[in-house]
Amino acid sequence: MSDITYRNLIVDGLWHNNQALVALLGLCPLLAVSNTAINGLGLGLATTAVLVASNTTVSLIRNFVRPEVRLPVFVLVIASFVTAIELGMNAYFHELHKILGIFIPLIVTNCIIIGRAEAFASKNNLRRSLVDGISIGIGFTLVLLVLGGMRELVGQGTLFDQAHLMFGEAARGFTLKIENFRGMLVAILPPGAFIGLGLLIMVKNLIDKRIAGRAMAKTEYAEEIRGLAS
Amino acid sequence: MEFHTLSSPHTKRVNRVDKVMLQVVLALIPGITAMIFYFGWGVLINVVLAILSAVAFEAMVIRLRKRPVMPVLFDLSAVVTALLFAVAIPPLLPWWLVVMGMAFAIIMVKQMYGGLGYNPFNPAMAAYVLLLISYPVEMTSWMPPYLLAEHHLTLSQILAFKISGILPGELTLDAITMATPLDQMRTNLDLNRMISEIRQSPLWGDFGGLGWEWIGNWFLMGGIWMVYKRTITWQIPLAFLTGLVSMATIFWLYDAEGFPFPLFHVFSGGVILGAFFIATDPVTACTTRAGQLIYGAAIGVLVYLIRTWGGYPDAVAFAVLLMNMAAPTIDYYTRPRTYGHGEVKSE
Repeated sequence: MSDITYRNLIVDGLWHNNQALVALLGLCPLLAVSNTAINGLGLGLATTAVLVASNTTVSLIRNFVRPEVRLPVFVLVIASFVTAIELGMNAYFHELHKILGIFIPLIVTNCIIIGRAEAFASKNNLRRSLVDGISIGIGFTLVLLVLGGMRELVGQGTLFDQAHLMFGEAARGFTLKIENFRGMLVAILPPGAFIGLGLLIMVKNLIDKRIAGRAMAKTEYAEEIRGLAS
Repeated sequence: MEFHTLSSPHTKRVNRVDKVMLQVVLALIPGITAMIFYFGWGVLINVVLAILSAVAFEAMVIRLRKRPVMPVLFDLSAVVTALLFAVAIPPLLPWWLVVMGMAFAIIMVKQMYGGLGYNPFNPAMAAYVLLLISYPVEMTSWMPPYLLAEHHLTLSQILAFKISGILPGELTLDAITMATPLDQMRTNLDLNRMISEIRQSPLWGDFGGLGWEWIGNWFLMGGIWMVYKRTITWQIPLAFLTGLVSMATIFWLYDAEGFPFPLFHVFSGGVILGAFFIATDPVTACTTRAGQLIYGAAIGVLVYLIRTWGGYPDAVAFAVLLMNMAAPTIDYYTRPRTYGHGEVKSE
């Protein structure tokens, strides 16, 4: 495992092993709260905070926890952080906390967090686990943000609606609104989440295919040059 | 696509996709003509617009998929989807909703799953449901049938409205639209009116709404012709209607003033169209004979349940989509016994 560079960890978390687009983990909160960009961002950041905290803690205690009891211990660690984050959000982002509702306590069941704890943090040192937690968390948050933005834009013709819930009163002006736009209600409803996620995965696969095709063309070209030279 | 008969009997019946689809198109003509008569030019505009956009989207996607365009366009399946969609939507629907519906039907529901033969859901109905959920007001603003209408719009007035949303003179949208008979019945029943009282209104014909009920007959004619030509099997329509009528009869016998009589259900909304043209889509329906009976009956029962207790007045599209989902499972459990072998063992 030690041959993984930090650069790889970051690229994996954000792109190649994006937990929402590739592993398709954590779909329940992803589909449920991504109806606006701000909701998505809020839940994404909360998940990232829990993920970073749990990854570092699990990595620190990895040599003291017996393998037989590791899963209950991980769950306990995650649950404590989720409780802390939930109380914190209730105190400082009360309105947003009300909107996200049950999905904040439910972060504890998000498979991404236990998945990273089990698959990565319990086998790697502190720094690696920290970087992994941050990059996986940001990758998940970005998907939530983009999906939320897409659904908000198509569904009600706004972007960053209710930004003040997150960034304070000064952020009211962040909201973009398309005038005279009658949204397509379906985008806000659950089917819109599934269709939107499907489209995002399609775009990611398309880009990957493009990149692979270009790399292939490059090697072919190089071989051709070599063929001409010899 | 040609299906060759390899084993006896060798009585030949060429059964190609384009021929089957052409028969469906022909069978739809009486019903569509009747709709144009009762609801005016809007229906014709919808039909033309839907066909043009469906064919255009189909050609675009096929080209993107780098496949030969012409054979796919001439199998007429996009035209059938467009026609079924066009007769399901209100005549006054703005043009961009028609185009959006066809884009969703052809690109997302049909071609993204692999094109004709691979789509798990009926494209026309999926598009209808998408629009119904997203734009409930537009999708339920039907004009009254010709016989009841106070204002008759000309072709150019309807065109102007569909393009720009402008109505001539003093007319408002409320003045030229009317709730559908199913809607009327529902709202009135919700107000605890009795059915004998509701039916005092001049809106009602013998079974369903005045005008509306006859459209069903014209579609029925086409449907029966398709059964006679073996374009569709009799199992699905019969089971559909039987399921619906038996549910309706049970509740009607229990309380004739609170639940409409069975034939009201048959001749309202999209039931006849659904039974003969939509539920029988060979791609999304069950293929085994026993499965088709279960599939049809379940659609009939669902239509009744959703109409009576659901959130939307008509239910054919929802019921068909729900059963599309169940069709592969039904097929799996109703596989016929292979000749010369014992009972099919599920592996």
